[in-house]
Amino acid sequence: MGTTGTPTNITQGSGTRGGIGESTLRPDGTLKVTGEFAYSSDMWHEDMLWGQILRSTVAHAEIVSIDTAEALATPGVYAVMTYDDLPTDVRHYGLEIQDTPVLAHGKVRHHGEPVAIVAADHPETARRAAAKIKVEYRELPVITDEASATAPGAVLVHEGRTDHHVGHVPHPNILHRQPIVRGDAGAAARRADFVVRGEYTFGMQDQAFLGPESGLAVPAEDGGVELYIATQWLHSDLRQIAPVLGLPENKVRMTLSGVGGAFGGREDLSMQIHACLLALRTGKPVKIVYNRFESFFGHVHRHPAKLTYEHGATKDGKLTHVKARIVLDGGAYASASPAVVGNASSLGVGPYVVDDVDIEALALYTNNPPCGAMRGFGAVQACFAYEAQMDRLADEVGMDRVEFRRLNAMEQGSLLPTGQRVDSPAPVAELLRRVKAMPLPPERQWLSAGEEADVRQLPGGLSNTTHGEGVVRGIGYAVGIKNVGFSEGFDDYSTARVRMEVVGGVPVATVHTAMAEVGQGGVTVHAQIARTELGVAQVTIQPADTRVGSAGSTSASRQTYVTGGAVKNSCELVREKVLEIGRRKFGAYHPAWATAELLLEGGKVVTDGGEVLADLTDVLEDEAVEVEAEWRHRPTEPFDLRTGQGNGHVQYSFAAHRAVVEVDTELGLVKVVELACAQDVGKALNPLSVVGQIQGGTTQGLGVAVMEEIIVDPRTAKVRNPSFTDYLIPTILDTPTIPVDVLELADDHAPYGLRGVGEAPTLSSTPAVLAAIRNATGLELTRTPVRPEHLTGTA
Amino acid sequence: MRVSFTVNGRRQEADDVWEGESLLYVLRERLGLPGSKNACEQGECGSCTVRLDGVPVCSCLVAAGQVEGREVVTVEGLADFARRRAEHSGCTTGTCDSGDGEGISLDEAQLGVPPGEAWGRAAKGQDSQTGEGVELSPVQQAFIDAGAVQCGFCTPGLLIAADEMLERTPNPTDADIREALSGNLCRCTGYEKIMDAVRLAAARQSEAV
Repeated sequence: MGTTGTPTNITQGSGTRGGIGESTLRPDGTLKVTGEFAYSSDMWHEDMLWGQILRSTVAHAEIVSIDTAEALATPGVYAVMTYDDLPTDVRHYGLEIQDTPVLAHGKVRHHGEPVAIVAADHPETARRAAAKIKVEYRELPVITDEASATAPGAVLVHEGRTDHHVGHVPHPNILHRQPIVRGDAGAAARRADFVVRGEYTFGMQDQAFLGPESGLAVPAEDGGVELYIATQWLHSDLRQIAPVLGLPENKVRMTLSGVGGAFGGREDLSMQIHACLLALRTGKPVKIVYNRFESFFGHVHRHPAKLTYEHGATKDGKLTHVKARIVLDGGAYASASPAVVGNASSLGVGPYVVDDVDIEALALYTNNPPCGAMRGFGAVQACFAYEAQMDRLADEVGMDRVEFRRLNAMEQGSLLPTGQRVDSPAPVAELLRRVKAMPLPPERQWLSAGEEADVRQLPGGLSNTTHGEGVVRGIGYAVGIKNVGFSEGFDDYSTARVRMEVVGGVPVATVHTAMAEVGQGGVTVHAQIARTELGVAQVTIQPADTRVGSAGSTSASRQTYVTGGAVKNSCELVREKVLEIGRRKFGAYHPAWATAELLLEGGKVVTDGGEVLADLTDVLEDEAVEVEAEWRHRPTEPFDLRTGQGNGHVQYSFAAHRAVVEVDTELGLVKVVELACAQDVGKALNPLSVVGQIQGGTTQGLGVAVMEEIIVDPRTAKVRNPSFTDYLIPTILDTPTIPVDVLELADDHAPYGLRGVGEAPTLSSTPAVLAAIRNATGLELTRTPVRPEHLTGTA
Repeated sequence: MRVSFTVNGRRQEADDVWEGESLLYVLRERLGLPGSKNACEQGECGSCTVRLDGVPVCSCLVAAGQVEGREVVTVEGLADFARRRAEHSGCTTGTCDSGDGEGISLDEAQLGVPPGEAWGRAAKGQDSQTGEGVELSPVQQAFIDAGAVQCGFCTPGLLIAADEMLERTPNPTDADIREALSGNLCRCTGYEKIMDAVRLAAARQSEAV
């Protein structure tokens, strides 16, 4: 185990200012506060057209006919395209399984599925023309849950499946199923002195990134297309777009434009292919910008889930076994569902030691909105359920809820239910101790400003529904485990091109990757790494595009680890070349060139003893050193399809939360007063950004605890609240103070000992808030989000 | 139709405006001012907030024709607006009406993190995109320094709203800040760094008096 806060694997003096471990400021900060930063929806081109998508008004239907004549005849309209106009035989796409039609063919499988696209010279003209397209539907019965999906004679959402999961699922409306079986849960259950069983429901959450899906496609003279786009992974998009257009990948040139948040919602394609199709059809640049209504249909959501758990413990508080069944609603198309199943199952018992486990997780194909990646990715739903179970079981045993967790907490060396050994620090008990030790906010905090109640600090806020009467405080705890990086044998590499040269008399490093900066601050960290490794003050970060190799996805808390690792690796290779040049030029003048460990620091070549051997400007002169190299973390392996055994994960990330809530029990209104978090980050490369990630993730967990849910009508499978008026995300008034205690226990396998940060806080936040509300009200509360009617008994 | 109005102190005309267009659309698509953002276009998120004759409004809910002859300030003009306001009132930081110097200290605003360390101004380095030399208003600088910017899509609207609040309330309590910014959604930060930024801007403003 590394010393707290000390980065491991530093190959280079860390004396260069602005290097890793400092809270350097965002390189794009000034552009973002002046309005100059160009997001994908800000793109503009002379002569550009506006694209519009016509989406299905029903969830499941055969398309009897599509009549585009009137739309095409609208003045200002340049093109209308349907499935029949697609240029090649490749007419479907998908992250893992190519089951998603570019435009609907003969059938629509969910509300809001793209049916036709229009290009016109004004966005309103495009909208009105799209509304003139006549689509006749013959409605089919809707599959909305496990019962309807597997009922005898159920309509199949996808006929004739050929994907690689179909052979091991019990029903064609089940997309993927992953059991995790270890030990003998049945026998272990007989040893249990206490057993608790529970059924839990997790609502459908939306990423609700603020920057809508958008981009600009510009046709090129060589028959190709330039695409300016907001995405999480340029090369994954490219792989899906090019075949549909019938173009080789080098003729689809993609540049990342400003990304207004992602949170998993930009892993799948949205308007990319549609904009390119219209641009190539019309020969003009085409811009598409969703509005918020369309955005709710334009990306996948977090899987709603039904979770059934049985936990057992001995009377001295040791877990005996866990049995669980996790049913995730994948909606109409596969998206990332199979990987979400892998996470939900393999992390299904949480950060606890349990020898006897029997878990089954599966994803359904239904006619509900497609679900896929969102921050936390399957581990979120499981954490909500197992943490509720842990509270109930602690109560049964008669132990303090935090102590019960600490007694069963995993640590370095523990085995996961997959049989994988945790071979880096796993300070689960310590995080719980720390979060519990934080000072509590004062009782009756709404009186903190004086005698009068400040209603802004009470449930109901300025609605002035209470001055403190009927308000009860509750406190709840939770902890979670999230994997970092892509799992189950995926070749999860990244690429970095690093160049070093003298510009204007000073040495400058240039870093070029295809990493999608979505707000997380990867660009800040890349510059820090280059300073640390190359000892230069000035670093230029090139825009991300497809002229450099893949960086993998900005997902799974992986970019600082993997693309950060790639930047570090390429910097090391550049450094070796620079030193080689130095030895060639100056080696004869000083023996240290041959004998000493050499570093680059402060623009100079120095020995590890600090003696300056040469200025980088003299070493490089007119020469530029450039390296582009791929970098990989340790390989993983798939989970066995029957037992779930296998070294499936790269790294784990742990966070613990304590929630303090105040509930107006008469009206069912909840005020979250404080949401404290303790998280191990291995090594904080940029402490300011790390804390920002933890606070942001915590708040998204708060959202799905008390307000956020996409409501899908169970009779029609239609979305009922696709707007920020009806789908609520936390405002600054809903969000409490979020004190953060950052622990830094180095993971020796990772660059600098760092640990992926972004997702873990989204896991434990939700169950902590639920636990606090249960603590305040005494109610069981087995679903999230909690709404007022669940608290007043009027649901 | 033609719409004439003042944007960031300059007279602007937009021709061939369709009657249904919003002020937001005219700013973004006709006047080349995309700083005001289009996150919901239904008045719920505040990312398109501009000053209209001094009043913060969601520009997505203002019909373009309504701004005829009026004055608009967008994020692109915020630094200049704050500078002129400061010159007008004889102070250097933007909003110096109260001048009593009370309120949150810099230390409090920084929540116990040593100055220069967490915000690394000394160690900022010289990345190509930092845009040194650009004049910023106090609240813009505070958003950068406090780490209140992640994806940045909510930032322009928040800056306009926060600047306007500090103009009215130079020494806000936390509850004042939360109330004033409750119409601006942010999905990345969890708002804590935004609170820090506004406290910092207020503190620097008090210090400078």
